[in-house]
Amino acid sequence: MTVPLSWYLILGAVLFAIGAVGALTRRNGISIFLSIEVMLNAANLTLIAYARQWESHAGQVVVFFVMAVAAAEAAVGLALFIAVFRQRHTIDLNRINLLRW
Amino acid sequence: MELLVFLIFAFLAVAAALVVVAHKNPVYSTMALVFTLFSVAVLFILLGAPFIGVLQVLIYTGAIVVLFLFVIMLLNIGREDSQIAGHKAQLFFALLGAVSFGSLVILALSSLRPKVLAPLTPELVSLKALASTLFNEFLLPFEIIGLLLTVAVIGATVAARRPTAEESAATAAERSIETKEARP
Repeated sequence: MTVPLSWYLILGAVLFAIGAVGALTRRNGISIFLSIEVMLNAANLTLIAYARQWESHAGQVVVFFVMAVAAAEAAVGLALFIAVFRQRHTIDLNRINLLRW
Repeated sequence: MELLVFLIFAFLAVAAALVVVAHKNPVYSTMALVFTLFSVAVLFILLGAPFIGVLQVLIYTGAIVVLFLFVIMLLNIGREDSQIAGHKAQLFFALLGAVSFGSLVILALSSLRPKVLAPLTPELVSLKALASTLFNEFLLPFEIIGLLLTVAVIGATVAARRPTAEESAATAAERSIETKEARP
């Protein structure tokens, strides 16, 4: 028996929701980044599922781009955390409130 | 068979994602993220995108997760300082967002016409066809992504670099001037 498309979409939605809850509730900068990676992967899963459904390669190409952007985001974000850690000696986002209103 | 593989790896992905979000220690969160990414890679292969599945394992678990682990060890981050329990409002809004998102998905799925996945064709799986799409239709975005990665690497190097002695002296001087101006 083959798996229906909606199951993949539901799995993507569940993973995205878990990642969103994590990104909104965690206070550790690294953990928020990990949650964002989970959300990106959920979106990728949905894209690949639709690429299969419509027999198009565009979805796979977009996933390729998403991976590249995720790599760039991780590199720059982690570098910023290192820079902030040098100054404040913490990456707890409750204590990094210089730019917060 | 396909159903069984899907169920096993979907369950593994969701369970590992819950550990990523819930575990207090970022090292365990990162290791759980490896399980999530690997399970999603298996699902990619199941969906007829073997190249993307291999890339997922190589780029994500091979490069990005290792980068995360390096930074965690470099900064020596332990458990979280502040607890989630102290932020009830945030937790409430996060759950509200998750519930509204879930209901949107159910709405979208109930109106979805084709319920059965299209059959796997050799054209879809072929790497040659994927490459020709990437380098014909998506050539400009591909080049822009390359530029973005270059900029990101340069930016990360500049941001994470230790300031030189002159620069730190300059910032110290600026700070002392600011404090003098603040207290006349």
